[in-house]
Amino acid sequence: MPNLVEIRDLHFHYGERAILSGLQMDFPRGKVIAVMGGSGSGKTTILRLIGGQLAPRSGHVQVDGQTIDELDTPALYQIRRKMGMLFQHGALFTDLTVFENVAFPLREHSNLPEDLLHDLVLLKLQAVGLRNAAQLKPAEISGGMARRVALARAIALDPQLIMYDEPFAGLDPISMGVTANLIRKLNDALGSTSILVSHDVREAFLIADYVYFLSAGAIVAQGTPAEMSASSDPYVKQFVHAETDGPVPFHYAGRSLVDDLGLGAAE
Amino acid sequence: MILAPIANLGRWTRESVAGAGYAARTFVALLRASAGLWRRPRLITDQIHFIGNYSLVIIAVSGLFVGFVLGLQGYNILNRYGSEQALGLMVALSLLRELGPVVTALLFAGRAGTSLTAEIGLMKAGEQLDAMEMMAVNPLERVLAPRFWAGVIAMPVLAAIFSAVGVLGGYVVGVQLIGVDEGAFWSQMQGGVDIWDDIANGVIKSIVFGFAVTFTALFQGYEAQPTPEGVARATTRTVVIASLLVLWLDFLLTAFMFNK
Repeated sequence: MPNLVEIRDLHFHYGERAILSGLQMDFPRGKVIAVMGGSGSGKTTILRLIGGQLAPRSGHVQVDGQTIDELDTPALYQIRRKMGMLFQHGALFTDLTVFENVAFPLREHSNLPEDLLHDLVLLKLQAVGLRNAAQLKPAEISGGMARRVALARAIALDPQLIMYDEPFAGLDPISMGVTANLIRKLNDALGSTSILVSHDVREAFLIADYVYFLSAGAIVAQGTPAEMSASSDPYVKQFVHAETDGPVPFHYAGRSLVDDLGLGAAE
Repeated sequence: MILAPIANLGRWTRESVAGAGYAARTFVALLRASAGLWRRPRLITDQIHFIGNYSLVIIAVSGLFVGFVLGLQGYNILNRYGSEQALGLMVALSLLRELGPVVTALLFAGRAGTSLTAEIGLMKAGEQLDAMEMMAVNPLERVLAPRFWAGVIAMPVLAAIFSAVGVLGGYVVGVQLIGVDEGAFWSQMQGGVDIWDDIANGVIKSIVFGFAVTFTALFQGYEAQPTPEGVARATTRTVVIASLLVLWLDFLLTAFMFNK
């Protein structure tokens, strides 16, 4: 099967509010796929559906041939061992050192002898350039470093699928470049598949093989970064070139200014 | 609208029942998640160390002062009937049966309970619990269950320390300062305190309080809105709910245990 993750006719609602409607997405093995869209477009929800933290109202998510929403808890936990997820702010365990954070999944899921585990963790930290920060607490490192530690933790079990939730949010340009570079390099080195949820056009286009554009819970455009840059789709154009007005209006919908100021023709 | 209060009452009742049912289900899930803990006792002992340390100083100091007050008040009352020799017995029974378990549980709710709620709530707000789930680790098993059992184990130990320090406080005031006969103080205590009726019942009480307070604290943290306000509100709720629960359970248990 060429696709590690397949999404078919996926609908998701929070209560009565539709978040995602009729999604079809493919995530081929070995690729970095970016899912882009404005805040509240349902990007993160897709990751949670793939990870089985949310269940779809209808439709299916398949990971490595298994339908996520049909799995019982033990089977779900089993398949999650093939996934790594980088949360928006890293979600490091604040009471553990950097070393213990990366060691956590290894300690929970393997019985490695302590010296082997030690070497393994240092290698993971070496891969993100933070071997010498091993004994620091999460409170003692910068946001960009925390993101990299979380990345080392996410790849601790050599996952087939790595999901990134807004990995560039709140990072300075240097950390952003470093993180983007790491995502691409790790994906190729581990032979894994990466799903990158982001709204940073430049960084995402630099490293992604394929891009989905999401607006109001539906795919509005898809293609390679080059195709997207050249796209004439009004939404994509507005997003890629950061235009203030377009299909996504500048003004929150409601009464018109003329009405609010009482400037309409007297009745 | 005349129907509004009735509708509100109905809604309140329904929500209360649903809330209680949800808490009960979480409690059962927590007990089930505890099964794997016997393979990793370190998780529990680490938490006993933390939780016990949190509360040890406040429990010991409070026990001492409660003992002082019991010595003073007890002497004043017993003196009226000329039976101040029974001071030791009165101090010991008050502490073992009631004050030890109850005051310890209230202090525990305020000290360890709030910090448990805040800790779990902040872990939730920081997506740490989600991250754990995505690492195929059940937070109920890895985070909540060890803290729960640590609280259940720590509570009777802390109550015992409270009572022991309290008895010493009563001794200092009653015997050393006021001058009650030392032999009578200790021998009446030794003769009048029953290991089953008094000590065992007190221990049972504090174990029950351990279940109630620790579970309340963990549940409030686990169900907190993952925002700073949400965690703050959950912490307040822990103190209120746990305290009321302790006092209500104490009445219930006392009625069952001491209703000769």
